[in-house]
Amino acid sequence: MKRRNPKRPGFRRNRSPLRWLLHHAQNAVAALGRLVRHPLATLMTASVIGIALALPSGLYLLIDNVRTLTGNWDGGSSISLFLAQDLDDREAEYVRKTIAARPDVAEARLITREEALTEFRQRSGFAEALDLLDHNPLPAVVVVRPSASATSAAATERLAQALQGYREIDQVRVDLQWVRRLEAITHTLERGVYLLAGLLSAAVLLIVGNTIRLEIQNRQGEIEVVKLVGGTDAFIRRPFLYEGFWYGLLGALIALLLVTGGLALMQAPVRRLAGLYQSAFRLDLLTAEAVAAVLVGGPLLGLAGAWLAVARHLSRIQPE
Amino acid sequence: MIRFDNVAKRYPTGREGLAGVSLEVAPGELVFVTGHSGAGKSTLLKLIGLLERATRGQIWVNGRNLNRLSERNIPYHRREVGMIFQDHRLLHDRTVFDNVALPLVVAGMGHQEIQRRVRAALDKVNLLGKERSLPIALSGGEQQRVGIARALVSKPPVLLADEPTGNLDPELSREIMDLFLQFSQVGVTILIATHDIELISRLGRRIVQLREGRLQHDSGLAQ
Repeated sequence: MKRRNPKRPGFRRNRSPLRWLLHHAQNAVAALGRLVRHPLATLMTASVIGIALALPSGLYLLIDNVRTLTGNWDGGSSISLFLAQDLDDREAEYVRKTIAARPDVAEARLITREEALTEFRQRSGFAEALDLLDHNPLPAVVVVRPSASATSAAATERLAQALQGYREIDQVRVDLQWVRRLEAITHTLERGVYLLAGLLSAAVLLIVGNTIRLEIQNRQGEIEVVKLVGGTDAFIRRPFLYEGFWYGLLGALIALLLVTGGLALMQAPVRRLAGLYQSAFRLDLLTAEAVAAVLVGGPLLGLAGAWLAVARHLSRIQPE
Repeated sequence: MIRFDNVAKRYPTGREGLAGVSLEVAPGELVFVTGHSGAGKSTLLKLIGLLERATRGQIWVNGRNLNRLSERNIPYHRREVGMIFQDHRLLHDRTVFDNVALPLVVAGMGHQEIQRRVRAALDKVNLLGKERSLPIALSGGEQQRVGIARALVSKPPVLLADEPTGNLDPELSREIMDLFLQFSQVGVTILIATHDIELISRLGRRIVQLREGRLQHDSGLAQ
């Protein structure tokens, strides 16, 4: 009877968008409900994820703080400009003003030839030798502190080169060595943090994947029956994916809690240490971007982990 | 409604489930499939429900060639084929209502429609009062009736039952068979695998007998 019509039109599919949304909402709530029903087990899994996420976030925060610290270091990358010998004090002051007006300069301080001589006399112990000279051999110096936007080694270098162009300036000396070193150290640490973040993300993936795998095993009978009565793979997958999502989100929240708590614990000793260096330095909190990254990244990792488990194990379960 | 064209099923172990069976079942027909265990009764039903794929030959169900049905479409095919098992295959942590509602939930049906249909299905198998019970609290016959309610709740055109009375005493078996006779009267095509010859011979319906994967006797052809 059916031979005359072997290609029947496709199956009728129920695709009301509102009902689909409702179904997703029910799935999400049900998945959360399943996690809440085993609070201890859920908390343990979420905590492992939380710690894995907190480590790179915390280290990232540390590096961020080191960076602000180096940026704020007063005179850290100061530039000394030795003015030409034939300039008098009025001309030297004019040069200082011109340089101080530059946007990439925060402050320019003039040390006149007399001031330089006085200071040299006091510090060097060559006072008598200097007396033998009939004129002051020292040039006037302008000490330049780059503005906040120009504190990096490269920017300071650029500024120094620009200043070299002034006719009144004989010589420009920059002490960038330690700024460069610190920057190199920060870069190295940063790379390390990214590496660590990558590894720990993989760990989160595996933790969630394994948790969902066990859950799939526990519910194997149910999955078989659902397949028997015509449940699509997407229908069967959905609750597990939502569980992965919740694990990720809970883990992310725990991670933020851990980082914030750790920061609070560090704040007092850091302030004491900074106080010893006459600095008002305080640890910065996680930026809004970093918080958002953890809150989005955690659930995404959870979802991906669940997907891995589901893709591997769900197709193996077939009703007999 | 169902058509087998020289269908064979060979398992990876080398065992032959079916060895070339041709068969046609008209819409609304009730057919008993009998034979010794291992004769191929279960294989026949599994091929119709696409729990297994044939290794040779063509199968049509409800106008569709199952060989051409992609894996993706299997769930939609199963929604048109209600299946009943000897071991009921119920979810023991869900109420009777939730068990029967499962095919409708899976198909994405609305809440009110589900309520209405589940009640109707439970009414047909005389279990309306047990909606809130867990399957474990029911007798074997009642559990089997829950399984039947689940199979017919989505009003599939085809119903398959594999030894539905296997564990039941003769009186309960009669009750179950009476239910199937009722469904067949409203146009459902039904295949029942059983070895209870004594029970079915009195019902006067078509009997297909299998032996070692081949069609040995078909009372429908004899008539």
